[in-house]
Amino acid sequence: MADEVLFDFLHMEMVSHVYKEQKSSKGESDSKERAVCVSILEGMGFRVGQGLIERMTKDSPSFKDELDMMKFICKDFWTQVFRKQIDNLRTNHQGTYVLQDNKFALLTQLSNGKQYLEEAPKYLAYSCGLVRGALSNLGLESVVTAEVSLMPSCKFQVVIQKL
Amino acid sequence: MAVCIAVIAKENYPLYIRSVPMQNELKFHYTVHTSLDVVEEKISAAGKAMADQRELYLGLLYPTEDYKVYGYVTNSKVKFVIVVDSSNTSLRDNEIRSMFRKLHNSFTDVMCNPFYNPGDPVQSKAFDSMVSGMMVQAS
Repeated sequence: MADEVLFDFLHMEMVSHVYKEQKSSKGESDSKERAVCVSILEGMGFRVGQGLIERMTKDSPSFKDELDMMKFICKDFWTQVFRKQIDNLRTNHQGTYVLQDNKFALLTQLSNGKQYLEEAPKYLAYSCGLVRGALSNLGLESVVTAEVSLMPSCKFQVVIQKL
Repeated sequence: MAVCIAVIAKENYPLYIRSVPMQNELKFHYTVHTSLDVVEEKISAAGKAMADQRELYLGLLYPTEDYKVYGYVTNSKVKFVIVVDSSNTSLRDNEIRSMFRKLHNSFTDVMCNPFYNPGDPVQSKAFDSMVSGMMVQAS
């Protein structure tokens, strides 16, 4: 039970640290600084994602194709990191995937509804990085964005960059 | 035991290569380099035909007069190549597999080291000593 919340707490502190750091060095926070914070968090996630996927795929057979990799991310990767699977995976079979999580672990501590909708992107940047890092180590360069429309649920859009 | 062990990045440049001293090092570099074509062939063939048994271990890549070259590819497309002496006939497939497994475990540890930059040459001492344990002890 206790070990389940460790990552949640660490993540919360990480987000608040990065934002505080930016704020104290510059004073007011504007949209440009917010973008800097998001990219810092995303970069941290990227490196962690690379390491994680290396460890998780150590004993799994090699992947057949892109969809196979995405399924791995939705099932095994998500379970290990967020303790549940992705609820819905959709794709257009042309390199765009939408991963929907109806109860995203890092958003469950925020109250439901519209109150903190503006704050939500802060808490998703790191996860976007995780996914991008994992895919990049598997050989897929991608762009990952997240959006929230109703609080504990969120959607990650993954667009694979074709060479 | 191995006479040469190499780790090759996704983009086919060497991350780590080590061979027994006192022998022609360049020859081993050449052997490993040539093996990459075979690795590439095996990966692309595996994608189509053997959809069911997708293994990371690629088996014997090719034998030369003096050496046997074995290959292994991780899910992140990092290749491991082990060259063993052909005269060493007692070496079984199982042992080669377990060597690759050890190599993979150790490489994973390197990847998860926050001070290591993915794509840089491997300079970890732990990795080094693990490799030393698998090399032929030069007498």
